[in-house]
Amino acid sequence: MIDKLFAPEVLAEAGDIIRTQFPLAIWETVYVTILSTAFAIIIGLPLGVILVVGEKGGVKPLPAWLMRTLNVVINLLRSVPFLILMVLVFPLTRLIVGTVVGTVASIVPLVIAAFPFVARLAEGSLREVNPNTIEMAQSLGASPMQIITRVMIPESVPSLISNATIAITTILGYSAMSGIIGGGGLGKIAMNYGYYRYKYLIMVAAVVLLIVLVQVFQTVGTHLAVRTDKRLKNKT
Amino acid sequence: MIEIKNLSKTFRTAEGEVEALKDVSLSIPDGDIFGIIGMSGAGKSTLVRTINMLERPTEGSVIIDGVDMGALSEAELRKKRREITMIFQGFNLLMQKTCLDNICFPLRLAGISAPQARERALALLETVGLADKAKAYPAQLSGGQQQRVAIARALATDPKVLLCDEATSALDPTTTASILELIRSINEITGITAILITHQMSVVESICRHVAILDGGVIAEVGEVGEVFSHPKSAAARRLVFPDGDAAASLTRDRDEHILRVVFNGNQATATPLIAHMAVEKGIEANIAYASTKTIDGREFGSMLLGIRGGDNVLREAIGYLTRNPDILAEEVHLDD
Repeated sequence: MIDKLFAPEVLAEAGDIIRTQFPLAIWETVYVTILSTAFAIIIGLPLGVILVVGEKGGVKPLPAWLMRTLNVVINLLRSVPFLILMVLVFPLTRLIVGTVVGTVASIVPLVIAAFPFVARLAEGSLREVNPNTIEMAQSLGASPMQIITRVMIPESVPSLISNATIAITTILGYSAMSGIIGGGGLGKIAMNYGYYRYKYLIMVAAVVLLIVLVQVFQTVGTHLAVRTDKRLKNKT
Repeated sequence: MIEIKNLSKTFRTAEGEVEALKDVSLSIPDGDIFGIIGMSGAGKSTLVRTINMLERPTEGSVIIDGVDMGALSEAELRKKRREITMIFQGFNLLMQKTCLDNICFPLRLAGISAPQARERALALLETVGLADKAKAYPAQLSGGQQQRVAIARALATDPKVLLCDEATSALDPTTTASILELIRSINEITGITAILITHQMSVVESICRHVAILDGGVIAEVGEVGEVFSHPKSAAARRLVFPDGDAAASLTRDRDEHILRVVFNGNQATATPLIAHMAVEKGIEANIAYASTKTIDGREFGSMLLGIRGGDNVLREAIGYLTRNPDILAEEVHLDD
């Protein structure tokens, strides 16, 4: 069994596939992940802000029914398993991209799955801002919008970066899953060769590359979060 | 001129309603350094926050230079707040911004251009003695330095009133003294009205001209610091003013020894060797159990606890002798108080 797995012709074939297909797959995985995260942040960050400032006693309290609805929608989207969500959003995907299959089409369900998650992460970051700091800004005549843009967001940048890192690694995992509906990337290769054709070596190689990507994203994210945090002493 | 009229504030909590302030009225003249002192929970922080409407009063009004703060729209209030700035116990600096940017913050809020704000901020850093810290982040500064940056920030919009909410409570005595000195000198130079909330007598003694004593949400006493501290009328004032409470309580005394508290007000009183005179002229021997003097607003104040033997008559005679001088207050201390 083992010697069959590492037989010369198997190794040669695997090497061939890795050389010809992996560069494109890596590229697809990276750009789908980054684009999906970017869209998820564009939608999720403002929602996170609203979740914090809009509550009772917040900087800009919003109607209770609106806040309740927002919370319910976010929780709802977060409770749908990604595999099912991909299928559920087919109509929306077709509307936006024109097709439901392929790499670009997989971005739509990824964003839908990720933005509520990002909104919750952003909410957590923004809640870390010391309420006394917000009171200080109010005492100096800051408007709610100024408090959001000049106090809450800038003060929580390190935490937001940490959480963006969590988001991007999670979305990377989801993007591998989208291989099932024809999304490209390392996930598709692992599925097609490993699962359908029993070429385990290819699958292992794809998984190892996914692990390396997560490591890279995490390392860069942590480094950025630490570097931007001015609360740490003895740093310039 | 700040007028606080019949102000009340009630908080609704899970345990029911809490009256933080009850019918508080105060007048604070322009250019004054006004202390509001009280134990924790007395309502000091709530009171100071009603002045700039960070807390909306339940009843009553705050009128600053004829403007009713409660009647302003949100936008008008934000503009008005640039004239009534605040410093805090916890400094509340923006931790991700340099000192310079922290001071620029209120200026940028007010729509002043970045270069102009920078110029003003640099001048203010000089005023508070931190010209070399422009590029430093708050985390790299000591507590006293952070409070100086906070003061510079509070002064940036050229306010008429500076609210200080326990501004020195997190600082050591030496740093406290230097921060208070800074506030005093700014008051002298700019004529800014400073309102200091504190639980520390020493803060009021060292820089305030007037003081209000807040007790259980009510103004127990208000007046010139020298007057209130030398002739405290309310129970709350006495508790705060006489630091000898512990000393009196720890005295072991004979049954026939009375404890007499003597408070000297002003240089004339402190310049006389009074206890010695009393011994020579009246033959009353006093055992000095506690004594201290301090300078308030340039005047000497002394407070003393005397043990006097010989029964009620001797005590009365001693009180009579001491209070011939109008600047001296003498009273018996009942230890079970």
